[in-house]
Amino acid sequence: MSQSVTEQPAASISVSTPPSAERKGLTKKELAADHPTWCPGCGDFSVLALYFKLIEKRKLWHEKITTVAGIGCSSRFPYFVQAHGAHFIHGRALPFASGISLSRPDLHVFVFGGDGDAFSIGGNHFNHTARKNIKMTYCVMDNWVYGLTKKQTSPTSPLGFKSKTDQWGAVDYPINPMKQAISAGATFVARTTHTNPNHVLQMMEAAMDHDGFSFIECLSECVEFYEGAFDASNPRKGGVFNEVPKSHDVTDELAAYKLANEPFPGYFGIFYKNTKPTKNAKEAEINKSFQTKVAGLKDWQILQKNFDRLK
Amino acid sequence: MTGAPSAGGARKVSRISEAVIRIAGNSQDGIQAIGGFLARLAGRSEQEVMTFMTIPATISGGPSIFQVRIGSGEVLSSGDDADVLLAFYQHSYEGHINSLKKKGIVLYDSDHVQPKPEWEGDYHHVGIPISSLTVEAIGGTAKDKGKNIYALGLIAKMFDLNIPKLEKLIGERFTGKDPSILNNAMAALHAGYANSPSNLLETFQFVESQKKSGHQVVMNGNEAVGYGLIAAGVRFGAAYPITPWSDIMELLRRELPKYGGTFVQCEDEIASVCMAIGASFGGRVAVTGSSGPGISLKTEAIGWAVMAEMPLVIINVQRGGPSTGMPTNIEQSDLNIAVNGGHGDAPRVVIAPANVEDCFYMAIEAVNIARKYSVPVFFLTDQGIATRIEAFTEPDLEKVFQDITPDLTPVPTHKPYDLSAKDGVTQHVKPGTQILDGKYPIATGLEHDEYGHPTGSPKLHMQMTAKRRKKLQALAATLPLPKIYGPPEGNILLVGWGSTEGPIREAVDRSRAAGDSVSAIHIRHINPLPNGLENIFSGFNHVLVVENNDEGLYGYGQLAAILRARYCDAKIQGVNKTDGLTWKVKEILEHAKNKVRK
Repeated sequence: MSQSVTEQPAASISVSTPPSAERKGLTKKELAADHPTWCPGCGDFSVLALYFKLIEKRKLWHEKITTVAGIGCSSRFPYFVQAHGAHFIHGRALPFASGISLSRPDLHVFVFGGDGDAFSIGGNHFNHTARKNIKMTYCVMDNWVYGLTKKQTSPTSPLGFKSKTDQWGAVDYPINPMKQAISAGATFVARTTHTNPNHVLQMMEAAMDHDGFSFIECLSECVEFYEGAFDASNPRKGGVFNEVPKSHDVTDELAAYKLANEPFPGYFGIFYKNTKPTKNAKEAEINKSFQTKVAGLKDWQILQKNFDRLK
Repeated sequence: MTGAPSAGGARKVSRISEAVIRIAGNSQDGIQAIGGFLARLAGRSEQEVMTFMTIPATISGGPSIFQVRIGSGEVLSSGDDADVLLAFYQHSYEGHINSLKKKGIVLYDSDHVQPKPEWEGDYHHVGIPISSLTVEAIGGTAKDKGKNIYALGLIAKMFDLNIPKLEKLIGERFTGKDPSILNNAMAALHAGYANSPSNLLETFQFVESQKKSGHQVVMNGNEAVGYGLIAAGVRFGAAYPITPWSDIMELLRRELPKYGGTFVQCEDEIASVCMAIGASFGGRVAVTGSSGPGISLKTEAIGWAVMAEMPLVIINVQRGGPSTGMPTNIEQSDLNIAVNGGHGDAPRVVIAPANVEDCFYMAIEAVNIARKYSVPVFFLTDQGIATRIEAFTEPDLEKVFQDITPDLTPVPTHKPYDLSAKDGVTQHVKPGTQILDGKYPIATGLEHDEYGHPTGSPKLHMQMTAKRRKKLQALAATLPLPKIYGPPEGNILLVGWGSTEGPIREAVDRSRAAGDSVSAIHIRHINPLPNGLENIFSGFNHVLVVENNDEGLYGYGQLAAILRARYCDAKIQGVNKTDGLTWKVKEILEHAKNKVRK
């Protein structure tokens, strides 16, 4: 269950694709589908471009990845990628992706979405997918505002942000995605920003290689409804981009929590990473132990044994 | 239970063809265990059997009953009135004496029950200090444990049951447990069997039953659903615990790993339906299930499955509603949400098994409809079928087992929502499949074009809405018409669905025996309905739809309203009740009479 995406699939599933060596890596042209519907200047463009780059660089195949999203501007993502994908309902991309991940160990599932999807309507799914450590990569494009519905307060909007639903400024304390992820038990927690493409790619690669639930918060500016939100993190706008200090121990949960607690612009990089077994691996282990007991029996014969006891 | 006395000693031995035994006590007394032993024994003796139980919604304890009807011939329902009432407490005695036939036998624990003199003339009272005799038989630690098995011994004596077979059943039940538990159980059984109450004037013997072809298996509806899904090839499911659905989820969690499958307990109802849909998208029809409020929570995601045309099986073990309602009672009030739940025009399939055997085979059918038509399928059972134990002919598992492993052979091109497909029926290629022209599909909840990309085109919305409808119309054309129970023409046609089939058929038998012209049909495919029901209806003056739900604002239950909407036929009327209990045959007859008289 822990094989990486570029390897051959698990023996239990027959995939009659030619061996990787015979196929050339995909180009951006082969990967691009619909033209994105995002506003010019939207941070999401750079996340999409870097996803393509990740696929090119790591020689992933269309059919080996699945792109899943919920609802929101950023969640339009799957339409823009030539790969099997699903555009699901608001807030529920993670359980949908879990169904794929747990039943198809040969695929890598990438989930893209926004802050409303992840931390508001889907907040509880975030906690439980993280704690169960279900293998997938979840990239939240956090813009601190509801963009698709045109400027309402989001769970990550800072106090005082003037939106259509808080015309005098947001009064509810925002969620800190990093703290949320660490405390929920995510095994890979990273933070990046769309204005630093190399860093985004680096985080995506590390997240994909992580055997477990890997979470990236990627700041992604909404130029239409929250322009300049992240300027303080962008050196080109006079801000500072602070990488996680080299001395930081990524396996130290408390240290990670402290990093997450820094006021904006805070730090960028991998805050936390550990390697506890995934749910995928644990379920495979359970199956192995049960299947040893019924070794040599056909499926119908296994049920026959139950029925013999019901006579 | 009317038997002919046979010659013999002092105590009369009557030969009977069937008996209804009601066991009343508290839920922790193990009365369900005795009922289960009796049912399984009947199955092994090639008899027909049907049970009925109530369980309190409280966490521990509370009054509970288990009724078992055993017959050498056909058993259609769990019986209106009991021949024997076994009462453990005063409340069991007082609360259930009415369910006993006049001159029936009440067997009571005289340690706890004080009989009422005014009832002693109507019912034959047999008092036995069950509690203290159990303690005597198996020692002081027994207390309340073991008295159920002692009582089973008494019943075994009374009905001349096969003791070696019972011993075997009890032995199987306690396999792997502390041997002292089995020893105590055997001691209690034998002590009960050896007790010969002097005031028990009559014992019974079942007449030889007709030989059945092949073996019988004995299980309840929930078990049959779970095993049916496994036979159908389902290897992934996700759900959240809720009564009375949880049994199926526990069974699948326990059994699926043997087949390399997984069942996930999710954080909530919404996550579970979404996870099952995700697994279906992954290539293999998955299952979710629930009861009551859980079904309400799943509706948005089910709408996505309709829109994205994703196969899915949703098991709904109905209970009393709305809201938390009556979690452990029988109601058939989820037909509307199954057919229409959610926003938008969202056609989906709804089927309802009529008995335990159906639960097994129709679970397979549900999976196959979902796969063939790429559509969510609601599988409606209710508390009445879920916990009812029946014996049925053992399925030929080698024959019915399906392998539905996804085919990942590369395809040249793929349109997931191809509008030129016959009858609008399309299937998705599964992720992992290479599509050689490089155009990959998106499964989506937005209105879409043939590749799954979003569209605002009025024309495409019309075409796609029609596509989603047409495929169910194509399904309807393949569905068999229900068989008419009784003559195809007459005065009254009773129409039922779900767990009411047995009592409805018995109502037909009784009416016809009394010279009334009554027939019945049972509808298993509710959305879509099979074509041609109007031809059946035309043979009758009255079409009465018998349902465990409310008559509604306009006087029709949920199925009756669907049938009236479809056939605009004024002779279709509702026969409804909402007491949370199974229909008794006499209730159906009374209600029907009142409707026809009006």
